[in-house]
Amino acid sequence: MQLRLSRLDLDMALTVAAGEVVALLGPNASGKSTTLRGLMGLQPLAGGRVTLDGAVLEDPARRIRVAPDKRPISLMFQDYLLFPHLSALENVAFGLRCKGTGKKTAHEKAARALATLGVDAVAESRPESMSGGQQQRVAMARALVTDPKLLLLDEPLAALDASTKTGIRRLLRDALHQSRAANVLVTHDLLDAVALGDRMIIIENGQVVQTGTPAEVTARPRSDYVADLVGVNLLRGTAHGTHLELDGGGQLICQGPASGRALAVIAPARVSVHRKRPDTEGSNIWKGKIDAVDLMGDRVRVHVEGTPVITAEVLPAAVDELKLDDGGELWASVSPDAITVYPP
Amino acid sequence: MPLRKQAFNPLLACLAAVTVLFFVFPLAGLIGGAPWGRIGAVITTRTSLDALRLSIIASLASTALALCFGFPLAWLLARGRFPGKGLVRGLTTLPMVLPPVVGGIALLLAYGRRGFIGEPLDNATGITLPFTLPGVIVAESFVAMPFFVITVESGLRAVNQKLEDAARSLGAGRWTVFRRVTLPLVWPSLAAGTVLTWARALGEFGATITFAGNLPGVTQTMPLAIYISQSSDRTDEAIALSLILVVVSLVVMVFRRDRSGPG
Repeated sequence: MQLRLSRLDLDMALTVAAGEVVALLGPNASGKSTTLRGLMGLQPLAGGRVTLDGAVLEDPARRIRVAPDKRPISLMFQDYLLFPHLSALENVAFGLRCKGTGKKTAHEKAARALATLGVDAVAESRPESMSGGQQQRVAMARALVTDPKLLLLDEPLAALDASTKTGIRRLLRDALHQSRAANVLVTHDLLDAVALGDRMIIIENGQVVQTGTPAEVTARPRSDYVADLVGVNLLRGTAHGTHLELDGGGQLICQGPASGRALAVIAPARVSVHRKRPDTEGSNIWKGKIDAVDLMGDRVRVHVEGTPVITAEVLPAAVDELKLDDGGELWASVSPDAITVYPP
Repeated sequence: MPLRKQAFNPLLACLAAVTVLFFVFPLAGLIGGAPWGRIGAVITTRTSLDALRLSIIASLASTALALCFGFPLAWLLARGRFPGKGLVRGLTTLPMVLPPVVGGIALLLAYGRRGFIGEPLDNATGITLPFTLPGVIVAESFVAMPFFVITVESGLRAVNQKLEDAARSLGAGRWTVFRRVTLPLVWPSLAAGTVLTWARALGEFGATITFAGNLPGVTQTMPLAIYISQSSDRTDEAIALSLILVVVSLVVMVFRRDRSGPG
């Protein structure tokens, strides 16, 4: 699937196999939702082509454009968009009725879909009287019940609170793996992408910046956005054997020999900080100033302004021990085997 | 959501009571002054029955016109993107604030026998509007339709268009989306607009008498008949006819309240 939309100038190639879940990950306003609207046919393409199962759905060059209601695609919207004047059952049956299923059969199928997702109790309720989690599951049932060839999910878990998220994420994963559809999931949550996606596509400003399995992408991020999501230090430079000459100044001794332009990833937990210069043999050691100290769960992240800038992860006890709150100078130390170097 | 209970405030209660009485006294006057003994005879005179018939026909017809022509306009005002939209809205809803008599004169100048539309229309087809029942319907539409347009426009604006996208994504064609999503969602506004328009048309006086005249049995609607009765010292008749309009209006308002918002 290729897609180009004029307004955002989104330009990407995207191929999804049946049964596969592709997670589109990107910052806000990077073109994720627009991609889904384009695939659904709700927003005309300026160029490119959409093909599904051998059939061309849209090709502006050949003046082909299949109306959204004629596409075998379902879209689950971020804000669910359940019809407020219909009950849960009628909401789920809506798509079946539109596709010509008789009322009785449609309602039976809808009831089964609701039961599968554990929300049969609210079948007769209107959306306004349901909880967020119930609405989410009704929306999921509504998107799945028509047995689409392509299922598009726009931030399916974003509107849920943390306590319901985990359970529903598992439910969604099972539902996606049971469906025979090709699935495209849009999210800005790394955990959703990793838990639900077989493959990840990172987009920024309408451009694909990285693709790969969740393991590949998280191990070797190619942009600051991904590095931030994963929570690792990403450094750029030029490698000369075991020396990495960093772009912003400074150099690091790394393990493997490499050459040319390179990216380096350092997990914050592998960065140790000291008030006095440590005498660790063979390590990279440099001095910086404490810029910020953040609590992340049960760990503390210390941002050290030096050459290079680095984030270290320490235990809360270290804040007291090293008096990190006072700011001031700090030594960072990274062992060469903690640095992963790879070509950009 | 629990609402905060309003504490009793004597000043507020007194002012509100005065307001209520201000509206109730005239109604009480009508009821008290009605010629109850011979009300049947008064309202079944030829003139009264003609006025009632004409009022019902003309008000229903202008409501139907509002549905046919007002709805598309409301749709474009709510959803369309075209230059001069504000001007179009202003012009088509102007009669809401225009004195109806002025509207009647304006109608005469456009659609009257010598009007710049009326004269060519007369020459080409022999159809003239003033002093005819269609003229009454035109006058009532001119005054009442803006209420329909403005109510339905705001109703359409309140419909989340993304729900229509959702319906499209579920396989609904444009007509199905309109029938099964847009229409049910805009229904309360549509009903309110229709009732409001009909009530306004039913009570129309100034534009009707100016444009369509006051011919008993042809253009004399209820408000006109009431005015004539009153000014020719047939007060009993005026009160009796007024009561009919009061009852009709009251039914409408109670019905409207039930349909839109808490009681």
